[in-house]
Amino acid sequence: MKVDVAIVGGGPAGLGAAMALRKAGIERVVVIEREPEAGGVPRHCGHPAFGMREFGRLMSGPSYARALVRRAVQAGVEILTRHSVVALQPEGRLMVANPAGSLEIVARRVVLATGAREMSRAARLVGGDRPLGVMNTGALQAYIYLQGLAPFRRPVIVGTELVSLSSIWTCMAHGIRPQAIVTGGDQAVARWPLGFFPHLLGIPVHYRAQVQAIGGVGRVESVAVVREGRGAVEIACDGVLLTGQFIPESSLARLSHIVVDRASGGPAVDQVHRCSDPVYFATGNLLRGIETAGWCHREGLALGKRVAEDLARDRPKGAQVSVSVSAPFKFSVPQRLAADVASAPDLQLRLTEPVSGTLVVESGGRALYRRPLRSRPERRILVPIQHLAGAREPITIRIE
Amino acid sequence: MPELAVKSNCYDVAIVGGGVVGCAVARRLTLDGARVVLIEKGADILSGASKANSALLHTGFDAPAGSLELQCMQAGYAEYLAIRAELNLPLLETGGMVIAWNEEQLSKLDGILAQAHGNGVGDAVLVDGAAVAAREPHLAPSLGAVLVPGEHVIDPWSAPLAYLTQAVVNGAEFLRSTEVIGGRFADDEWALDTSSGPLRARFVVNCAGLFGDRLEASLLGDAHFSIKPRKGQFLVFDKMAAKLMRTIILPVPTERTKGVVLARTAFGNVLVGPTAEEQDDRVHARTDEATLEILHDAAVAMIPELADVPVNAIYAGLRPASEQKHYRIRREDGRQFLTLGGIRSTGLTAALGLAQFAAGELRAMGLEISALAEPVVKPMPNISEMAPRDWQAENHGTIICHCELVTEREIAATFDTAVPPGDLGGLKRRTRACMGRCQGFYCSANVARLSEGRLDPPMAAAS
Ligand SMILES: Cc1cc2nc3c(=O)[nH]c(=O)nc-3n(C[C@H](O)[C@H](O)[C@H](O)COP(=O)(O)OP(=O)(O)OC[C@H]3O[C@@H](n4cnc5c(N)ncnc54)[C@H](O)[C@@H]3O)c2cc1C
Ligand SMILES: Cc1cc2nc3c(=O)[nH]c(=O)nc-3n(C[C@H](O)[C@H](O)[C@H](O)COP(=O)(O)OP(=O)(O)OC[C@H]3O[C@@H](n4cnc5c(N)ncnc54)[C@H](O)[C@@H]3O)c2cc1C
Repeated sequence: MKVDVAIVGGGPAGLGAAMALRKAGIERVVVIEREPEAGGVPRHCGHPAFGMREFGRLMSGPSYARALVRRAVQAGVEILTRHSVVALQPEGRLMVANPAGSLEIVARRVVLATGAREMSRAARLVGGDRPLGVMNTGALQAYIYLQGLAPFRRPVIVGTELVSLSSIWTCMAHGIRPQAIVTGGDQAVARWPLGFFPHLLGIPVHYRAQVQAIGGVGRVESVAVVREGRGAVEIACDGVLLTGQFIPESSLARLSHIVVDRASGGPAVDQVHRCSDPVYFATGNLLRGIETAGWCHREGLALGKRVAEDLARDRPKGAQVSVSVSAPFKFSVPQRLAADVASAPDLQLRLTEPVSGTLVVESGGRALYRRPLRSRPERRILVPIQHLAGAREPITIRIE
Repeated sequence: MPELAVKSNCYDVAIVGGGVVGCAVARRLTLDGARVVLIEKGADILSGASKANSALLHTGFDAPAGSLELQCMQAGYAEYLAIRAELNLPLLETGGMVIAWNEEQLSKLDGILAQAHGNGVGDAVLVDGAAVAAREPHLAPSLGAVLVPGEHVIDPWSAPLAYLTQAVVNGAEFLRSTEVIGGRFADDEWALDTSSGPLRARFVVNCAGLFGDRLEASLLGDAHFSIKPRKGQFLVFDKMAAKLMRTIILPVPTERTKGVVLARTAFGNVLVGPTAEEQDDRVHARTDEATLEILHDAAVAMIPELADVPVNAIYAGLRPASEQKHYRIRREDGRQFLTLGGIRSTGLTAALGLAQFAAGELRAMGLEISALAEPVVKPMPNISEMAPRDWQAENHGTIICHCELVTEREIAATFDTAVPPGDLGGLKRRTRACMGRCQGFYCSANVARLSEGRLDPPMAAAS
């Protein structure tokens, strides 16, 4: 199958890119989605806080996902569901498995929009036994909202990011009673009322604490939690919900010729979000881990426009300048700047620890941009890209 | 107690324990013509030591010369190669290298080579650091190695499942969730008490692994050995790691420990481990972060590029070690009882050889059987990366697990086999569902639906 643009992943970002491409007059735009339905993660977020910017009202995740799919179809986007991209190859060749067998899709441009997921127990190296009932919020929501199943009744929740609130919400709305919330920080990561929210519900919160071991032979029976300065506690429970710590679902890129950035975990991109192979672009949570659905959708829409322009142009040849960050910055997106780019989205940064200081962007010993910064991990930090334009030497970003 | 619904009122042989050894013995004795029952206390086979190992098919190059262990490993190795095609079992022909990272280790390579040759592993050779680097370009610089071409990687779960499946399709009985709690030998037969009711058999083979001593004590009144569980922790890297290495990287053993191995898996991953940690607990095989970090560092020291590869899985297994190094065999002719115990760290390789040995011992004890003329052969579905998987076939339908590319029909089919999964671990080992990089983030809810009413404990209840 030959197409103009193939989009891998039919979440808010991928659907956004597809719509924008069609609006810009691109003929054959195909979204390849491995699930039975497009819509991405919001399909199983059965709670509100979606759609305000896009549809002008508060929607639940599933209705938001359906509305996005409807818009995309109306715009003339072709959506192939139950189609899994299994390999990315040079020249825009995608190996795809579908229920009938397999096919090759060749695209003039490819947009990768495979999203992000919460880090697994194994990747976090959380020790102990391997009983049933250890999972992430994404999985819990799929159990509850897609299958009508409850994997546990009395879990311990680990983490206090925004998604941790989704998990508390989901539990409380379905007769699941969290036994405790465990977090490494000395306050909640999310800006939300989490500081008092769990207390209102009577759920104890252990700050500066860590799950040391999960216990249980068949099912989870307990977790051992070590608390800084206050010794260890054993909490009886029948599940462990590991929330947050999102990482890009970049395995396709990692298994291919495309360069992956060690810091962000997503494909390394320039300021228009082009990958190391110029035929490929990346958008949405795949770039960096978690953002809101609305943000990802807008990111996709903007990317779609740029890809449409790119189709009419030759491949970029100009010099590239690297962008790197030093601690406590976790990553920068993009990781490089291409010359001669007219418009591009803001540069995105994340922190690993709270800071209060001055954000400095430098190149060749010259400061390109400075501003005071007081922020915390998992908060969005942006640098308008025009400040970086014209830099010829590697760009470094640090806190002063 | 409930009456057991069994086909036969007296079996020729009751095998206690559905680890790799018990499964292999069940196959051998069934094919040799015995009426066999295999009794396993877990909800599935591989509930003990056999669920977590390094998955290496060893040549026996470093086994004690002249030992039963060496004999069984080499017989098991040969039989695995002979039957694997018809059972559709994978073989990743990697070879192994015992690597010298320093001068002290280098000085030991001659001795390791001599032992390999003495053990009949004639193709083992010494190679220098340059040859190691040529064979494994991503490996950190080394001083040299003993290359053992015959060390291979297999699927540690499909193999024992295939053995028990051959037994069951040829008439053996498999009793799961059934614990042998006692028994008496009288009038030429055993009356066994099990948690599912009484059962009779002429011979008993003790393949109870980590509980082999306990079973011996409960049936014979005394145990001739005692199990000292030795834990091994592992860490599994994502599939991007597979292109970084081919050969199994083995350490030069020290007095204290055999050291950690770096090896590919049949599923396209790379594993590092195991540790060797003594403990009293026979049930809990716990991982801990500090040790996993040491393993991770050890792997990265060997192949620096592994630093960029995500970790997919962590696990630990318990070796059924005893107070002595060798296999703990006890043959009680008068009571028609055989223990295959203390099968510490080579049981995956040796199982088929141990089964040949057991069949010989039982015959010598008076079991009269003649081999099946035309046994049914039931090949395993392929779940390894070495042959086409179901998702690559025409009309494979919906893919459920995206990381490991497991189809819905593979999951459905496994519940329809001679030895269906009894718990989630068993389902994962048979299909690879939930075994990949996301560890169930995307697919576990689907797997819970597809397995409803089939697993003990269930993955979920109605919400
Ligand atoms: C539990 C949870 C709760 C959340 N709650 C909120 C909230 O309340 N409000 C909010 O704004 N945001 C919320 N979010 C975040 C929001 O869901 C994401 O920001 C958004 O879904 C990201 O969109 P995306 O398109 O980048 O990725 P995704 O939505 O993850 O979409 C990626 C798509 O790619 C597909 N895909 C992946 N690999 C392949 C492949 N190889 N072949 C084919 N298809 C592939 C996937 O199936 C998926 O459909 C939540 C997220 C989670 C996990
Ligand atoms: C870390 C590690 C790495 C290893 N690496 C390798 C390797 O690379 N290559 C290799 O060849 N070998 C390896 N081994 C060794 C191999 O895994 C073991 O030798 C083998 O699993 C032992 O099997 P078993 O059948 O004797 O015991 P088990 O697997 O423990 O089986 C015994 C079974 O008996 C059941 N049982 C116990 N008591 C009763 C009762 N009373 N009634 C009913 N059922 C009962 C248990 O539930 C259990 O399922 C490794 C082992 C470990 C732990």
